[in-house]
Amino acid sequence: MSRADTAPRRPRPLWSLGLLRNEIGTTFRRWRTLALLAVLAGVPVLVGIAVKIETGGAGPAGGGGGPAFISQVTNNGLFLVFTSLAVTLPFFLPMSIGVLAGDAIAGEAHAGTLRYLLVAPAGRTRLLLVKYATTMLFCLVGTLVVALSALTVGALLFPLGEVTLLSGTTVSFGEGLLRALAIAGVVALSLTGVAALGLFVSTLTTSGIAAMATTVGLLITVQILDTIPQLHTLQPYLFPHYWLSFADLLRDPVYWDQLQKNLGLQALYTVVFGSAAWARFTTRDITA
Amino acid sequence: MSRNEPAEVIGDGGEGRSSKRRKAVRYAVPVAVAGVAAATIGLVPAFAGSGSPDLPKISAEELIAKIAKSDTQQLSGTVRITTDLGLPSLPGGIGAGGFGGEQGKGGGEQGKDGASAAPQSKLMELASGAHTLRVAVDGPDKQRLSIVDKAAEYSIVHNGGEVWAYDSGSNTALHSKAPQGERGHQGGAPQGLPKGLEQATPQDLAKEALKAAGDTTSVTVDGTAKIAGRDAYQLVIKPKQSASTVGSIRISVDAANGVPLKFTLTPKSGGAAAIDAGFTTVDFAKPEAHTFAFTPPKGAQVVDGDKERAKAHKEVKPGQDLKDFKGLGGLTVSGKGWTSIATIKGAGSGLPSAGAKGADAKGAAGDAGKFLDSLGDKVTGSFGSGRVFSTRLVNALMTDDGTVYVGAVDKQALVDAANAAK
Repeated sequence: MSRADTAPRRPRPLWSLGLLRNEIGTTFRRWRTLALLAVLAGVPVLVGIAVKIETGGAGPAGGGGGPAFISQVTNNGLFLVFTSLAVTLPFFLPMSIGVLAGDAIAGEAHAGTLRYLLVAPAGRTRLLLVKYATTMLFCLVGTLVVALSALTVGALLFPLGEVTLLSGTTVSFGEGLLRALAIAGVVALSLTGVAALGLFVSTLTTSGIAAMATTVGLLITVQILDTIPQLHTLQPYLFPHYWLSFADLLRDPVYWDQLQKNLGLQALYTVVFGSAAWARFTTRDITA
Repeated sequence: MSRNEPAEVIGDGGEGRSSKRRKAVRYAVPVAVAGVAAATIGLVPAFAGSGSPDLPKISAEELIAKIAKSDTQQLSGTVRITTDLGLPSLPGGIGAGGFGGEQGKGGGEQGKDGASAAPQSKLMELASGAHTLRVAVDGPDKQRLSIVDKAAEYSIVHNGGEVWAYDSGSNTALHSKAPQGERGHQGGAPQGLPKGLEQATPQDLAKEALKAAGDTTSVTVDGTAKIAGRDAYQLVIKPKQSASTVGSIRISVDAANGVPLKFTLTPKSGGAAAIDAGFTTVDFAKPEAHTFAFTPPKGAQVVDGDKERAKAHKEVKPGQDLKDFKGLGGLTVSGKGWTSIATIKGAGSGLPSAGAKGADAKGAAGDAGKFLDSLGDKVTGSFGSGRVFSTRLVNALMTDDGTVYVGAVDKQALVDAANAAK
């Protein structure tokens, strides 16, 4: 943390922008962040190569089994984007978000840098917002890394062309790309709930590792709960429940019902856990 | 904004108390947000559901006539179907896989993938769990029905003489010719393609239910409801015969145009509805023409449904029996109205797999017998002995000689039927 140099007396709006820029720079220069992004970029490569080897470039892959959209990948490389997002969304993406969000406050506290951050006249609320904004940015960057890597691999290994939607309608490649972009946006927004949850956990402890482990553990627990049929009354309120609804963007016409529920649920989690994080962080004693 | 706030207020008692109060106030924010959200989620559907619109009184006959003369030809909407027949849940893979294997055996280049686009396997899926369907209708010649699955969709498009079924999961399209002679009554018995799925729409379910009415049935109008944002009358149909397992059937009919919007079948045993199919959104405007246009996507495997069916006709039948008992040969129906009992003669024909198991179980008190015992209750009567298999709606009695009695009736009625047949 190298920002304790010439801190002005009063916080100005531009100053918090600077804080944000600084925070983003620090976060995305970390080896850990880069390693996470590399893992995310690697998943589409693995999936693409596996499909290529399995099918030998001819015929559909394994008649409907496997992750969503995988049978379409050999026809159109763009579908590797959808497949990769469907593969990474349940675990890889939220796990990396959990690592980043869990570390956001607790990691600073653990390294003893939190109080220096607060010595600068940023204010705790502002610092928390900056941390959350950085995590959100990572949601977007992580999703885009998966999508772009998948698009590259898909373009290299498979033909590109007109896109067949789930309803059997064919749209142009340009519209397919637009829909892929929209899907990436929805996936990134789907992760904001877990980001807020991770940030809240991060304000509870001074150990970055503990916060990360708790967040990822919570994520796994909730994912398991989401598969137990006896809990079906509870499941619509679990944050991963509507995650795969991004596929509804590939219907014709688009089926908005679940998408709206998903985004509403993420907004709710963001507000509840964001304000909980704020309540905790602005009232606790910073000792490290 | 003061910085590093709490550390500064550990001073004297007064400030400590105010810091505590501030802490409580701040923690109240997330709690309040969560509470408001929970209240909204809990109460808004309750208010939306309980709204009984004020509509002029109407008799049951008038309401049925309203349904009958309803000439709504165009609609589009989303249907939610929840089925709880008390059957073990049937994941799609099992149904499709089973058919795939059989058809593959039957030979042919396209056995395996052809089956996954066949409507029968999709029908099986609808028999349990909750499903979302999108329907669009424009007259008797143009219909579209899509089963919305997780990251997959199964669509049936009927446009003039063409019927297409497309399964996105396996990227397979099934093509059939609609029978030209049977326009309007599209999807007749030999065709069979959209028929089963069409029955899932509230209209057809309602028609079926009304057909079953007669002196065996009481039909009343019971209040009003709001379904998919539209005012609706509620028609309640109750069997008068006490042996029936059907408690009541409730059909919500659009007050403006007589279109049935919701169909709920509650078993006599109570609990959740066995079948609940209703529009969640509905629009009576003419659907856009391109909705009914279907060209097989590039790269999709296209299966000729007519040929495929001719080839697989016999093999598909054993699967259908779970859903459609009338599809079987060697079947007689006794009783009338709600207490009709279908009798399927065993002895090697009729139910190949289950019948054979029943015969085995008679002789060998081995594993198969024990397994069957765990599934069904043993009953005896003057007909001999047999086992009763129960679901929430349908009970089946399989006698030891392999004859099966099936009906939406209680156990005693089945035993009586078996005794009468002796």
